[in-house]
Amino acid sequence: MDFLNALVLLGNFVLIPAVSYGSQLALGALGITLVYGILRFSHFAHGDVMAFGTMAVILFTWWLQSLGVSIDPLPTALLALPVGIVVTALLLLGVDRSVYRFYRKVRAAPIVVVMASLGVMFVVNGLTRLVIGPDDQNFADGARFLFTVRDFRDATGLAEGLGLRWSQLITISVTLVVVGALFWFLNRTRTGKSMRAFSDNEDLALLSGINPERVVMVTWLIVAVLVTVAGTLYGLDKSFKPFTYFQLLLPMFAAAILGGLGNPLGAVAGAYVIALSEVGVTYAFRKFFEYLLPESLEPQGLMQLLSTDYKFAVSFVLLVLVLLFRPTGLFKGQSV
Amino acid sequence: MSAKNTSYFLIMAVLLVLVGWLQSPSVAMGLVNMCLISAIMALGVNIQWGYAGLFSVGTMGFVALGGVATVLTSMPPVHDAWAAGGLRAIFGILIGVAAIALGVLVYRRMQKGWTRALVLLVVVVGGFFLFRAVLDPAVDAIEGTNTAVAGYLGGAGLPIFASWIVGGLLAAGAAWVIGKVSLGLRSDYLAIATLGIAETIIAVLKNEDWLSRGVRNVNGLPRAPIPYEVSLQSNPDFIAWASWFGLAPAEASSLFVKACFALTFIVVLGVIMWLSERAWRSPWGRMMRAIRDNETAARAMGKDVTKRHLQVFILGSAVCGIAGAMLTTLDGLFTPGSYQPLRFTFLIWVMVIVGGSGNNWGAVLGGFLIWFLWVEVEPIGLWLMGWITAPLPEDSFLRSHLLDSAAHMRLLTMGLILLLVLRFAPRGLIPEK
Repeated sequence: MDFLNALVLLGNFVLIPAVSYGSQLALGALGITLVYGILRFSHFAHGDVMAFGTMAVILFTWWLQSLGVSIDPLPTALLALPVGIVVTALLLLGVDRSVYRFYRKVRAAPIVVVMASLGVMFVVNGLTRLVIGPDDQNFADGARFLFTVRDFRDATGLAEGLGLRWSQLITISVTLVVVGALFWFLNRTRTGKSMRAFSDNEDLALLSGINPERVVMVTWLIVAVLVTVAGTLYGLDKSFKPFTYFQLLLPMFAAAILGGLGNPLGAVAGAYVIALSEVGVTYAFRKFFEYLLPESLEPQGLMQLLSTDYKFAVSFVLLVLVLLFRPTGLFKGQSV
Repeated sequence: MSAKNTSYFLIMAVLLVLVGWLQSPSVAMGLVNMCLISAIMALGVNIQWGYAGLFSVGTMGFVALGGVATVLTSMPPVHDAWAAGGLRAIFGILIGVAAIALGVLVYRRMQKGWTRALVLLVVVVGGFFLFRAVLDPAVDAIEGTNTAVAGYLGGAGLPIFASWIVGGLLAAGAAWVIGKVSLGLRSDYLAIATLGIAETIIAVLKNEDWLSRGVRNVNGLPRAPIPYEVSLQSNPDFIAWASWFGLAPAEASSLFVKACFALTFIVVLGVIMWLSERAWRSPWGRMMRAIRDNETAARAMGKDVTKRHLQVFILGSAVCGIAGAMLTTLDGLFTPGSYQPLRFTFLIWVMVIVGGSGNNWGAVLGGFLIWFLWVEVEPIGLWLMGWITAPLPEDSFLRSHLLDSAAHMRLLTMGLILLLVLRFAPRGLIPEK
């Protein structure tokens, strides 16, 4: 019984939150890795584009809510998602047309393009703040819990409970669908294959008649889907605040590098590793060990490795470890 | 310096004088002080980017390390806290450092294989738990002593100017660690690693209350020999002197203090500028440019590219640390919550790019100009918004929303400036010679 209680405790406070956070990171890291693979630069505006896309979803959600549209128990934001994706895609294509394309044409050094993405970051961040402001916004509606901790306890008779929020279930299932569709697209369709070819060897791809501008456009469209979905899921699960989205840049990059930059499968794996370590390292394991250990060995302290304020430090430490021991990432990424 | 470049600085001076005339002399002097500090930060980033082509986005972290240096160097020590757990805390940190050193030793000396991985794991994990076991009680004891006003170890009680050097050294130390890890890999890796260290440094400063009171801030940093406004206002000689100029004592004291700061900052800027220019013209500077422009060729000539990159990265970070210590001295208080990456990292980058990367004078000009715009875009944006929204009815939602959000215009403006300069004048206002 104690063993089951310990497992349920771990599931409720570590596994489920980590898996849903990891899914959100995975979608973000996939975007970073795709831009890196195809356009060959580190997309620093990623977090802010994510905030921008989520903002578009939020505005449309509010409009739907004011009309009284609802798909209870699911959040209305899911209905608004396609609109947000279109708006983000327009933004990204516009930015590509006005900023990045020039650097592609003159074959500028990657670092110059990174710098340009800093400029884009500023502009997009400014736009988001101009429209919706820098504060927390709440747009989640619909039912909150699929089943609560109390439901679970009553049903199983255990001392510990396991709650599952709708936002977590939605996050995990939407991520499964999106990632599945992306891998199907990259591996099975003609366009997807041409994207992978372009990422592997640009010159060879050009020689075989692949249109680079088309590949780039498709990449931005996919990135728009990924960031908007990731941002909306994160906002539903936690809350929307532009600065928090900017801060997600570090764990997302860490996930992409951990898995090997340019490797989509690696980005997904890296994201779950990052999320699990972040939640695991900052969780207080005291109760968990109280269930498992005999009374004489029970821990005195909280059994918390680091306080929750250090969650960004966790992705940083993992990043440093990867750079030290395996700079190409866990899965083989592009050249170092 | 050519006539064109001199005219840029003259225009800058005219702009600052205009602010003094239109807003107030005190505002203008405050602006000058911040411009000087920004110029030093821009010099630091220029050493990294302009000299060597290193892309680091951790400036905020190094500036914050400079800030905490002022607390650690010049606040009076809190003896009760030291008695409660000072030595134990230091011992704990030494254990942490020793564990890392031992880990590095194991990694270097032992044969590759499972044994090494296991020993390494034991050393690092065991070291971490030992470190926490020693440090945690000390932290509790220190934070428990006189929590309302202290709750930290305090500093060494040295003059504030010493902290500027300490700030530079702290930043250099952090840069050494991060450079060791990420230099020699792809150029973007340094960017991401420095982004991480900056966030981590801020997290430490916000949470380690025993070190610098965390988000409860440290007030009343000493600034001797620069006097306080209040003491000037009660000094009859000063009041007489102020009235001779026809100024009210309050305004005169504020101006006087700001002028004192400005003079000190100008001296520091001058020294750093002189050293940077010397370095730029020296064989070392030529080697740096050679590495920047063609790494492969430089390596073929026998230059140790990674070592030189590490060197220049440390130097640039140290300059940012010095500027950070100066900034906290000017504020008179240390507030870890105030470090924002957009303001302390990316804005400095805009300064360097706009001013002209690879030219120290350009970096200084960029520091002045961009800081000036950063501050003045807000009133200008407000005025512009007022003008745009004037036709709208007084109570319209759009009008009030636009007026409210004028404050966010600065980010948009900075981004546009960066993009336009990068695209149409990538060499900046004062290009590299």
